[in-house]
Amino acid sequence: MKGNEAIAEAAIRCGVDGYFGYPITPQSEVMETLMLLKPWETTGMVVLQAESEIASINMVYGGAGCGKKVMTSSSSPGVSLMQEGLTYLAGAELPCVVVNVVRGGPGLGTIQPAQSDYFQSVKGGGHGDYKLIVLAPASVQEMADFVELAFDLAFKYRNPALILSDGMIGQMMEKVELKPYKNRWTNEEIDQLHPWATTGKPAERERNIITSVELDPNAFERFNHKLQDKYRKMQEEEVRCEQFNCEDADYLLVAYGSSARICQKAMELARAKGLKVGLLRPITLFPYPTREIQALLGHVKGILSVELSEGQMVEDVRLAVDGKVKVEHFGRVGGVVHSPEEVVEALERKIIGG
Amino acid sequence: MNEEIIIAGFGGQGVLSMGKILAYSGVMQDMEVSWMPSYGPEMRGGTANVTVILSDSRISSPILKMYDTAIILNQQSMDKFEPFVKPGGVLIYDGNGITRHPERKDIQVYRVDAAEEAARMQSPKTFNMIVLGGYLKIKPLVSLDNVMLGLKKSLPERHHRLLPMNQAAIERGGEIIYKVEA
Amino acid sequence: MEVSIKDIIKPENLVYQKSSLLTEKPMHYCPGCTHGVVNRLIAEVIEELGLQQETIGVTPVGCSVLLYNYIDIDWQEAAHGRAPALGTGIKRLRPDKYVFTYQGDGDLAAIGTAETIHACNRGENILMVFINNGIYGMTGGQMAPTTLEGMAASTCPFGRDPERDGNPLRMTEIVATLPGTRYVTRQAAHTAGAVRKLKKALIKGFNNQKENKGTSFIEVVSTCNSGWKMTPVQANEWMVENMFPFYPLGDIKDK
Repeated sequence: MKGNEAIAEAAIRCGVDGYFGYPITPQSEVMETLMLLKPWETTGMVVLQAESEIASINMVYGGAGCGKKVMTSSSSPGVSLMQEGLTYLAGAELPCVVVNVVRGGPGLGTIQPAQSDYFQSVKGGGHGDYKLIVLAPASVQEMADFVELAFDLAFKYRNPALILSDGMIGQMMEKVELKPYKNRWTNEEIDQLHPWATTGKPAERERNIITSVELDPNAFERFNHKLQDKYRKMQEEEVRCEQFNCEDADYLLVAYGSSARICQKAMELARAKGLKVGLLRPITLFPYPTREIQALLGHVKGILSVELSEGQMVEDVRLAVDGKVKVEHFGRVGGVVHSPEEVVEALERKIIGG
Repeated sequence: MNEEIIIAGFGGQGVLSMGKILAYSGVMQDMEVSWMPSYGPEMRGGTANVTVILSDSRISSPILKMYDTAIILNQQSMDKFEPFVKPGGVLIYDGNGITRHPERKDIQVYRVDAAEEAARMQSPKTFNMIVLGGYLKIKPLVSLDNVMLGLKKSLPERHHRLLPMNQAAIERGGEIIYKVEA
Repeated sequence: MEVSIKDIIKPENLVYQKSSLLTEKPMHYCPGCTHGVVNRLIAEVIEELGLQQETIGVTPVGCSVLLYNYIDIDWQEAAHGRAPALGTGIKRLRPDKYVFTYQGDGDLAAIGTAETIHACNRGENILMVFINNGIYGMTGGQMAPTTLEGMAASTCPFGRDPERDGNPLRMTEIVATLPGTRYVTRQAAHTAGAVRKLKKALIKGFNNQKENKGTSFIEVVSTCNSGWKMTPVQANEWMVENMFPFYPLGDIKDK
C-alpha cells in the first residue's frame, strides 16, 4: 500500500469523524482513497472536498471545535495556505491532525520529495508564539500508525498535530499492518471527554466559546504563558526517537523521515567500511530529541545532519550540541534525493576528514 | 537475501504495474518489500521507473544508487541505468528500439524480446508480464504461485478473467529470455 | 397618589422584555449601531424557538468579533472571512444542530468571498447573516467591498472611484443565483416595521434548517454612524436615501 493510502485507511480505522481537503500532488491519493472507501457508509466519517486549503483547515477548525476528530492533508504550497488556520487552531487550543506530504519549494517548486518545510513545521509557521506537535514517519507503516498517535497527542494537549511526511514516503509502497476498526466517539462520549467543545449549551453549564482573541494584555500574557507551559510539558514527556548503532558510534548521522531511511543504508555502508557510524532518527520534530542527542556526546566526535533541504534541522542539532562537537549539514534539494553513497561521502569529507 | 531492482522504460509500458506485481508477489512470499516510483508528469508518456526491493529483513533506503538488477525497456533508461548495475549484477533488456546495446563486461546481460513476443501472441498488454517472466527465470526469488497471487491482488476484480493469459505470458517470458555473451 | 416604578412594571403592563439569552455584559457597539439590534433579534429568535441547546454560532472578525459575549449559546470565533468554512465543518459533523454565521461586509464579501460562495454553492444547511454597512467599522472606517460609488471612507477619502476601486458588490444577488441557496433576502433594522420583518426572516432562517434544503442567507443593510461620521438619525436617513436604491430590500429567493 502507498503511504498516502495508508493515511486514509488508518484515518477510517482509528475513528476519525471528518476529513476536509483540497487536491495537490503528491498527496491527492489521501482524499481519492477516502472517496473510494466511502467511510460515510460504514463508520459515518465525513469526507469533503473544499474549495481551497484555506477552507479545508477552517472546516477542520469548525469540526474540531465540536470535539470531533478532524483532519486534513496537503503538500507544501497548500500547507502554506493553511498557516493562518493553524495559528488560530493553536490559539484556540483545538486538537486536529494535518498531514504535509512535502514537495520541493520555494514557490510552486516541484512535485518531487523534499524536507524543506522543517522550519515552517517546527518553529510555528504562522504568526504568534505557538508550536505544533510534529511527527515524522519514515515508513508506510508509520504513516498509518501516526494518524492515531497524532490524534492521541492532539487531544491530550488540545493542540494541532502535524504529520510531516514527504513525496517519497507518500508515494512509496510497503507492507502495512492496519489496526482493527475503532468506533467513532458518540456525541455523548464527546460531552464527557471534551467538556470544552461547542455542542450546544445546556442550561446546566456555562456557554463554551472557542476563540483565540483576548484584548486585555495581562490576560493574554497569562494565556501565552499557559501555552508555553504546555509546550514545555510536551518537551518533557513526548519526545520520541529511534537510535541505530549509537552506543559505540564515533560519528553520528541525524536524519528524519525519508532521509533517515537513506541514512540507515548509508550507516550500513559506512560500517562495512569499518567506520563506527550511528544513526539517530527523531520521530517527534517538536518536541525535539535534544537530550537524546546530548547523551551521545561523550563518545560521538562529529555529527552530520542529513535532510532534503539546504540545512534546517541542523540548527536544532547545533542547539542541542552547543558547540561541543562538529556539526555539519548535508542534503540534496529541489526534488533531488541523495543516495546512501553520497551520504557516506559527505560524512567522510565534512566530518571525519574535515 | 536482499534484491534491489530498478525497472525503467516509457510511461505506458506497464513499468510501475510490473513493479507492483513483483512487490505484491514478495508480500505473498512473506518478504519485506518496497516499491518506490518516479512520479509526476513523467507518468504520462515520458520515462517512468520504479525501484523494487525484496528482502528477508527490514528495508532501509527505498531509493538507491546501485542495483542488483536493472530491467531496461528503452534507450534512455539504458543510458541512464546501465552504469548503476552493481559489478556482477544483472541487466535485462528488451531489444526493441535499442540502438546502443549494453557495453559493460562486469555484469551479466540478458535479453528478452518481449515487445516482439507480445505482438506475436497478439496481446500487447502482456508485454510487461513477459518481461517479468524473463526476470523470474533469472532470479527465481518468488514462486509462480505467489506471483499469480500478487497479480490477482493488483488487478481489479473485473480483470481477473485475464489471469490465465498473464500466466501464459509470464511462462513465455521464461522460455524466450537468453543470455547475451560478453 | 404617587405612582412608583413598581406599579408600572407589572406582567399585564409589560410590552417588552430583554431576552433571557442576552447576557448582562454591556455591548461595546457605538450608540446607533445596527449590530446591537440584530444581536438582540437573534437572541430572541433562538429563545422563542427553544434552540439554546441546539444552536452553535460562528462569529467573525470585525465589530461583532465579541458577539459571543452577548448571547448565551455555544460559539466559535472564526478567522477573518472563514466563518462559512467553520459553519460547514460544524454542520457536517453535527447535522443535528442549528448553525449560523454572522459576518460583516469585509468579512463575507471581500476576504471571505470564496468561502461564502462555495458554502452557498454546496448548499450548506446553515443560516448566514450578513451585516452590510458599506464600511470597515472596527478598523476605523476603511473602504469595504460594498462601499457605494462616491462614498467616502478613510482609504478612499474623496469617495469610491470605480475606475480605481472597482464597483460595490451585491453579494446577496450573487448567492441567490446559486442552486445551493434556498432562502435569500435583504432586510434592514432601522424602523419597527423593518425589525419585525427581519425577525421573521431570522425565524425562517433557523426553521429552514429542519428541512435540509440549502443555505439561508440574510443580508441586513445597516448603518455605521461612527464610520459614516453622522448622528444615528442622519445615518438612518442616509441609508434610506443612498443604500436602499443600490441594495433594495425584500426577498430575492425563497424556495
